[in-house]
Amino acid sequence: MIPLVTEADVAFWIAGPLAVLGALGLVLFRKAVYAALSMAFTMVNLAVLYASLDAMFLTVVQIIVYTGAIMMLFLFVLMLVGVDTPDSVVETLRGQRVAATLAAVGMFALIVFGIGGALVGVPSVGLAAANAQYGGNTQGLAALIFGRYVFAFELTSALLITAAIGAMILGHRSRIHHRPTQRELAERRMDEYASAGVHPGALPNSGVLARHNSIATPALLPDGSVSPESVSAVLAARSEIVDSVTLSAATAKVFDSIEATRIEEADE
Amino acid sequence: MSPDNYVYLAAILFTIGAIGVMVRRNALVAFMSVELMLNAANLVMVAFALARGGLDGQVATFFVMVVAAAEVVVGLSIIIVIYRTRRSTSMDAASLLKL
Repeated sequence: MIPLVTEADVAFWIAGPLAVLGALGLVLFRKAVYAALSMAFTMVNLAVLYASLDAMFLTVVQIIVYTGAIMMLFLFVLMLVGVDTPDSVVETLRGQRVAATLAAVGMFALIVFGIGGALVGVPSVGLAAANAQYGGNTQGLAALIFGRYVFAFELTSALLITAAIGAMILGHRSRIHHRPTQRELAERRMDEYASAGVHPGALPNSGVLARHNSIATPALLPDGSVSPESVSAVLAARSEIVDSVTLSAATAKVFDSIEATRIEEADE
Repeated sequence: MSPDNYVYLAAILFTIGAIGVMVRRNALVAFMSVELMLNAANLVMVAFALARGGLDGQVATFFVMVVAAAEVVVGLSIIIVIYRTRRSTSMDAASLLKL
C-alpha cells in the first residue's frame, strides 16, 4: 500500500513555505543585514528540501558552502562597507517597481505554464537503485565526479584558483607614499613644536572624577575649565561628551567659597 | 513523490530572486537575489535527479555551487573596490559610463 503522506511530503510542506518566507524577507527588508539573515534562513530550508529529495551529500554541502561560507562572506562584506549605508527609497525611474513586479509575474507564468506544464506528471523513479549501485549517495556522486565528469571537476580547480587570485588583485591597494618611520614622526613633531608651538607630548587623558570616568568625560584644568583635547573629536562632534558645565560647576563653587572666605579674612 | 511541487516552489523562489535583482538598489542585496535564483535552479535539478532516478542532476548542482562560490568571491571584491572609490554600495553610484 502506498501511504497518502510520506515523510518527504511533510518536509516539503514545512520547509517550502519557510523558504518562500525567507526569500520574501530578502526582497522586503530595508536593512541589508536582515536581508542577509533571511537569505541564510532560506538556504537552511533548501538544505532540508534536498534531504527530502534523497540528496544527503548536497544537504551537507548546502549548509557548509552556502550558509556557512557564502552567506557569512556576505555578512562580512556588509560589516566592511558599513551596515548603515543608506538604501534610498526614492525610485530613480518612475514606475520601476510596478514594471519589475509585472515582468516577474509574467516570467513566473512563463516558467510554470511553459516549462512546468511540459514536465508535470513525470513519474518519479526514485534514487534507491542509483544510490545502491555504489553503496550510497556520496559514493555514487564520487563515482560520477571522478569518473564521467572528471574533466569538469579538474576545470573547477582552475576556476577557483583564478577567482582567488582575482579577489587578491582586486583587494590589493598599493601604498602611494612610503610609511613614515618612528624617527620621521618624532622629527616632524619637534618641527611642529619649533614652528607652530604645537605641544609635542601625549594628549591629556580623559577626566577621572568622582562620578564619571568614561572616555566621554573631559578632563578639568586647574582653573576648573574643560580641556578640549582630553576627549575624542568624534565624541565631541556627536556631542556625546558629559556636560562640561555641570562638571566645572562644582569646582567653580568651591573656588567661589574659598574666595569668599579669603575676602572675609582680609576684611577682618 | 512527483517533482511537480518542487518545480512550482523553485519557480516562486526564482521569481522572487528576479524581483530582488530588478527592484533592490543595494548591490549586495541584488547579488544575494542572484544567489537565490541559482538556488532555485539547483532545487529543480535535485528534484529531477530524484524523478529520473539518476545522480547526474546532483553532480550538476554540486558544480553550480562551486561556480557560485567563485562568483561570490570575485563579485564581492568588485563591490568592495567600487565602495572604496565611490563610497556607496548603491547600484546607481557606478554611473561613470552613463552618457
